[in-house]
Formats: sequence, C-alpha cells, structure tokens
Amino acid sequence: MFIGAIGCEPLQLARVHLENPQSIETYRKAGGYEALRKALTTMSPEEVIAEVKKSALRGRGGAGFPTGMKWGFVPKDSPKPKYVVCNADESEPGSFKDRYLMERDPHMLLEGMLIAAYALGSKTTYIYTRGEYRYLIEIMDRAIAEARAAGIIGDKILGADFSCEIYTHSGAGAYICGEETALLNSLEGLRGHPRMKPPFPAVAGLYGCPTVVNNVETLTAVPDIIKMGGAAYQKLGTEKSGGTKLWSVSGHVNRPGVYELPMGYDDMEKFIMEDCQGISNNRQLKAVIPGGSSVYIMPASDIIGKDVRMDYEGLVVAGSMVGSGGFIVMDETVDVFESTKNLIEFYKHESCGWCTPCREGTDWLVKVFHRIARGEGRPEDAQLLLDLCDNIEGKSFCPLGDAAAWPIQSAIKKFPEDFRRHLTPTATNGREQH
Amino acid sequence: MSNQFTPNNPLPQEAPVPEELATFSPEVEAEIERHLAKYPVKRSAILPLMFIVQRERGYLDPPGVAYLADRLGVRVTDIWEVATFYTMINTQPVGKYHLQICKTLSCKIMGEPQITERACQQLGIQPGETTPDGLFSVSLVECLGSCGTAPMMQIGFDFHENLTTQQVDELIVRCRNGQLSNGVR
Ligand SMILES: Cc1cc2nc3c(=O)[nH]c(=O)nc-3n(C[C@H](O)[C@H](O)[C@H](O)COP(=O)(O)O)c2cc1C
Ligand code: SF4
Ligand code: FES
Repeated sequence: MFIGAIGCEPLQLARVHLENPQSIETYRKAGGYEALRKALTTMSPEEVIAEVKKSALRGRGGAGFPTGMKWGFVPKDSPKPKYVVCNADESEPGSFKDRYLMERDPHMLLEGMLIAAYALGSKTTYIYTRGEYRYLIEIMDRAIAEARAAGIIGDKILGADFSCEIYTHSGAGAYICGEETALLNSLEGLRGHPRMKPPFPAVAGLYGCPTVVNNVETLTAVPDIIKMGGAAYQKLGTEKSGGTKLWSVSGHVNRPGVYELPMGYDDMEKFIMEDCQGISNNRQLKAVIPGGSSVYIMPASDIIGKDVRMDYEGLVVAGSMVGSGGFIVMDETVDVFESTKNLIEFYKHESCGWCTPCREGTDWLVKVFHRIARGEGRPEDAQLLLDLCDNIEGKSFCPLGDAAAWPIQSAIKKFPEDFRRHLTPTATNGREQH
Repeated sequence: MSNQFTPNNPLPQEAPVPEELATFSPEVEAEIERHLAKYPVKRSAILPLMFIVQRERGYLDPPGVAYLADRLGVRVTDIWEVATFYTMINTQPVGKYHLQICKTLSCKIMGEPQITERACQQLGIQPGETTPDGLFSVSLVECLGSCGTAPMMQIGFDFHENLTTQQVDELIVRCRNGQLSNGVR
C-alpha cells in the first residue's frame, strides 16, 4: 500500500517513512514539538486561534466545518473546565487515514492536541479511538508516556505556565459514536445515542462543559499551521479549503493507499489513472465513491474528461462531497445494486435505534433490497426505495439517516440500469433463472 | 445496534440476578484503577472496564456485570444497557480465536466472499457460530479501517490484511497449533 504525497511536499505524511517514526526522538529531530514551543512562548491563545482561522483549515471528520470558527465558539469566560476531544473513531467505510496518522506519527497528534488545548484553555483532553484500533491505543499510550517523561505532557509543559493531560479512551464497536454528540455520550459511559443540538458541544459538551471535538487529521494539521503561519498553510490549498488533504484510496486501483494531495488537486481522472496507477486487471472504471460511504456515488462519465477538482467546492460541483476522503474505486464488474445493498446493510447495522425514521427506515430498506436480491424485484421497487429514502432524509435525528439515504438515491439516479436489471420481468435475476 | 441485538450481544433471556461479584487479581485491580483515574466521573470508565472483564472472564458474564455495577456505583441494568449497545462487548462466550471478517464494500469487492467461504469451510461453521470445541468463532463485521489492504480480518485485536484463501488456511493451522496469538488483550 502506498503512503505519500502527490502534487505537494508531504506535510501530514512528512515523517511516515522515517526509521522508528513512533519515537519522540525521531519526531523531535524532525522539528517536532517546536510548534508547541512557539505557541507557548510567543503566542497568546487568541493568536493561535487567529492563525487557525487564517489557515482556512476545515474539519477533516466529514462535515468540513471551519476549525478556527469552531474554536472561536468556546466561551472564554466560562468557569467550567474545558475539554478537547480527538475523534479517532474512524468507522466510515472507505476511510483509514487516521489509522496511519496515529500509527506512523503519534506525536504529531499529541502536539496538535496540546496546541488546541492551549488555545482553548483546556487542561484535560481525550483521544476517543474506535475499539477495534486497540493497537493504536497502545501506540498512543506509549507516545503519551514518552512525552510525559520529556516534560511535554503534565505540569508546566516545556517550562511554560500551561499544564495539560492527554488520555486515551476506547470505543467498543459503534459507527454512530463517530458523531460528536454520540461520542460524548459514549465517553460519559452511556449508550452512544446522539444529543439534541443546540446546545453545541462548544458550549455544553463533555459533562456539560465547553468541548471541542476534532478529527485526528484536523488536529495533526495544527502544528504545521503554527510553524508556517496560517496564511502560508492556506496557500497550499484553495481560498476556502486551506492546506492539504488525505485521501484513503481502496478498491479496484493498482496502487491503493493514503494519498496527501493539495486541496484543489487537478483533477480526479489524473489522480485515478496516473497517481493511483489506473484500474486493476486492465478493466474499465465504472464508479467512484469519493468521500466515504455516506456521499453520492459518481459514475465514470462524471469523472473522465470532466476536470473534477478535488476539494470541498470542486466535488460539490461534480455532484458529490469530500466527506472523510474515503475514496472507493469500482470497476466495470461491480453491480451498483449489489454495492448499494452492501452499504445499506452497514447503515442498518449501525443505526443507533434512537429515532424512528432511521431505525425503521434502514430496516425496511434492507428488507426490500434482500427481496430484490432473491429475485422478487418489481418494477415499482425503485420508486419504493426512493420513497423510503425520502422519509428518512431530513427527517432523522442525526445525519446518519441522511447518510443512509444518499448512497441509494444517487445510485438509483446514476445507475438506473443496474437497478432495472433486477426489477424487470425479463431480468436474469434469481427468479427468472428457475 | 441497539434495537437489533447482534449475535455478539443478545439480550440475556432471563435478566440474571447475579449472586456473586467477580473478583480480580491485584494487578488487574491496579489496571482498573488506572482507567478510573482518567475521568472525573467513574461511569466514563465503563467501556474500558468491560474490555478488562471480558478479557479476564471470557465474556461479560453476570458476576462481571455485578462487579462493574458495584465498582462504578450504577445499577446492574445500567451495565446491561450499555453492554447491549456495543458490538464488541460479548454478553455470551465466543471461541478462543474470534475470526472477524470485514464484509463492507471495499473488502467485498476485493474478495471477501472467498475468504469467508474458505474460513467457514475449514471450520465447518457458519458466520455467527462457534465450533463445538470452543476454539473458533466466525463473525462478519463492518469496515475495520483496512480498506486499502482488503480483504482482511481481525483475530481478537490483531489485523490480518491483504488476505488470500491460502493465508486463511495457514492462519487456521497456526491457531490450531497454538502458534498464533488470539489477539485478546
Ligand atoms: C454518523 C456519523 C459518523 C461520524 N463519524 C466520524 C468519525 O468516525 N470521525 C470523525 O472525525 N468524525 C466523524 N463524524 C463527524 C463528527 O460528528 C464531527 O463533525 C467531527 O468529529 C468534527 O471534527 P472536525 O471538525 O475536525 O471534522 C461523524 C458524523 C456522523 C453524523
Ligand atoms: S438518525 Fe439513526 S443513528 Fe441518528 S439518532 Fe436516529 S436512529 Fe440514531
Ligand atoms: S471495507 Fe473492509 S476494512 Fe474497510
């Protein structure tokens, strides 16, 4: 598997190929913890937030919310403790970048968290990691112990008037706990049901206290922003989407991997055909899900010759979204009815059961998909699926409901043939073969 | 998750009223203390402690549940409520080697069906089942963050990636011979 940068100097992936990349010596030799020192000794918390605002960094967890603005929402005068929580739940099908960031450069995450904690006045921070990533928790625990021994975590960090703790925490197998309010419930020891917003976590989050939840990749961008300055970081990308972005590439390409691209990379066809070395087994490209399972599927005809720019704005123009950057490539052998069925099974399994449209809707969708797969499809089923989606989308308690509806809606719209084949009486589906 | 009890965490048929509390060695108690010390609220340690109980006792059994309720100062039902939400918490015994094969899209299109078929064939069980000798369980699970190295499975907490059917055979032989860690930590 490839790990590296294309079209820019590696930033987030700068140290992944160094020998012994997890050790604090390697990190410090490569300039690590200098950004923290700079922030603690030469910048006020407000100045740190101002640089992050200037950087045009947008949250890498999926929603793309501007990070500096989010940090600005935390009330300064609150007497309550403030918390920084790193979202390392990474459970979106197709996404695996956070895993390699933590595996190959754990201190970069710690440094980003400490700078965030300094900017927000937080003394206690947590890394909420999905339970299946136990080996990463072990790596992070070792890194935390090393940093503590070096005076970088704990009291009076680097001799400055700033004290902070970082703790790891394990989830236990629930995609919904990646949603920030469900994550906070889970961290409080409850079932991982999302909370009503507002109040937003910045005002009332963990234990009812002001809390910032940020994705791993968001936090690991912070040291470079402080080192080079927000304006310089922004210029690596586009005006509205600063910096570089990691893409987790999987499926039918010759070179899957974690790719760091500048925001606004031009263009998606070149990325697939050259950077990822084309479609495997000399087959044809059929479809791409560019931003993790929750985003709209793109047919090859919307990519080839279409100059799709890879950033938040570019992908919306092209009819999809950046999401978490889980870039799933499918060749001509894939039946989009089957691939969509696979994803709706995921959402049904992961629906937390809190609200009726999503709990019942995803269950019903799976039942219809399974009936069709048994060869009992009817021509009106396409409309039935769309109606069900319509009753979930925008009517659910949290975005997981929308995320379940979008792949189906876009698949039916963009690949009507793959559905029709299963729904018409002349189909070569199970029933007709008998 | 919550509404549909997965094979791993069905709601116990008769909510058992535990008579005894589980006990642990001083080392394990110290480990539990380390987790409790991370949080201002004890209940936050519920998942880390559940992992410890199921590591020590094979699964989250009624005495383990009673222990957790007592240790965290919550009701027994609070423990069940949380335990039944999370797929990785086993409320029933699983095999010593728990093969968790990822069935989500990237793995599916990169050969998961052949991997599952081979594993089940070799073990003589279906996904969701445990071999009669209690050595193996097979589960189909959702994306484990290894899509770029698909197809894959986790045995306990250990990742086995870029799998071929031949490697599945080898893994199973190594489990049988006790040469492979079961990845439970
Ligand atoms: C169903 C669902 C699952 C999510 N999963 C994750 C996740 O695994 N990791 C993550 O960072 N954000 C995830 N998010 C987004 C978070 O709610 C939140 O927006 C994010 O952690 C904020 O961090 P950011 O601003 O740095 O992106 C998820 C959201 C939803 C609705
Ligand atoms: S939309 Fe789904 S995941 Fe979100 S609260 Fe409702 S049931 Fe839970
Ligand atoms: S789809 Fe199998 S690990 Fe992601």
